Amino acid sequence: MKWLCVAIIVAATTASDALLTRRMKQHGEIRDFRLGALGRALAAVARSWHVMAAMALLAVSFFAFLSLLAIADMSFAVPATAATFVVETLVARCLLRERVSARRWLGTALVTGGVVLIAL
Amino acid sequence: MSNPTGSLRLKTWVVTAVVVLSNVLGNSCLSWGMKQRGRALGGAPLEYVAAVFTPWVALGIALLILWLLARMTLLSWADLSFVVPVTAVGYALAAAAGHFLLGEQVSPQRWAGALLIAAGAALVGTTSVRTTAGGDR
Repeated sequence: MKWLCVAIIVAATTASDALLTRRMKQHGEIRDFRLGALGRALAAVARSWHVMAAMALLAVSFFAFLSLLAIADMSFAVPATAATFVVETLVARCLLRERVSARRWLGTALVTGGVVLIAL
Repeated sequence: MSNPTGSLRLKTWVVTAVVVLSNVLGNSCLSWGMKQRGRALGGAPLEYVAAVFTPWVALGIALLILWLLARMTLLSWADLSFVVPVTAVGYALAAAAGHFLLGEQVSPQRWAGALLIAAGAALVGTTSVRTTAGGDR
């Protein structure tokens, strides 16, 4: 049951992040950090199917995470769901066309190793 | 700004700090709130709704909404493959928060894992923030 929750969280989070990243890159770099301008920018971005689908997937991930926290310690739940790091980096490379350098892969591998160590 | 690259780095670190802290504190509040209920959630949707309206869980959700908005802002210029590992430093902080704030047992092995995560996040932090052309420029 614990690991089923983890699998749902990983899949939903990755899909959500890919959609959010695509939409935010379409919008372009946010440069005005005054609250009004920031609010308008994010509100404009939110009116798209990408963001709505991303929010729905995030909600799935969130309630799966709440269920997980109710049956497991946070120091299990948080590291176990970190399998998203590998999956998301692959998706960023293959679908979002980001250039993942050797150094970035190494850093991501260290993070993953840390996660495995924590989850064992 | 006279130094666009330096300015991009600076705002990246500031927004990253907001992303990491709101996530760690938000998750700590959620964990604490769910533990206060003292039993596992059943399948009934109403149980989830009731859990959301307890104070610690509500505060946790408010912090996670801040996390979401800060992360969207960061993703407007930064790579997903940069944001994901760099904000992973929060997982190391979460182990510390679990130990110091919630009194959970954290073994030496888990502490070593947390250190590896911190090292990996730091390494990715030295790579380019943005590798795609992206959006309006």
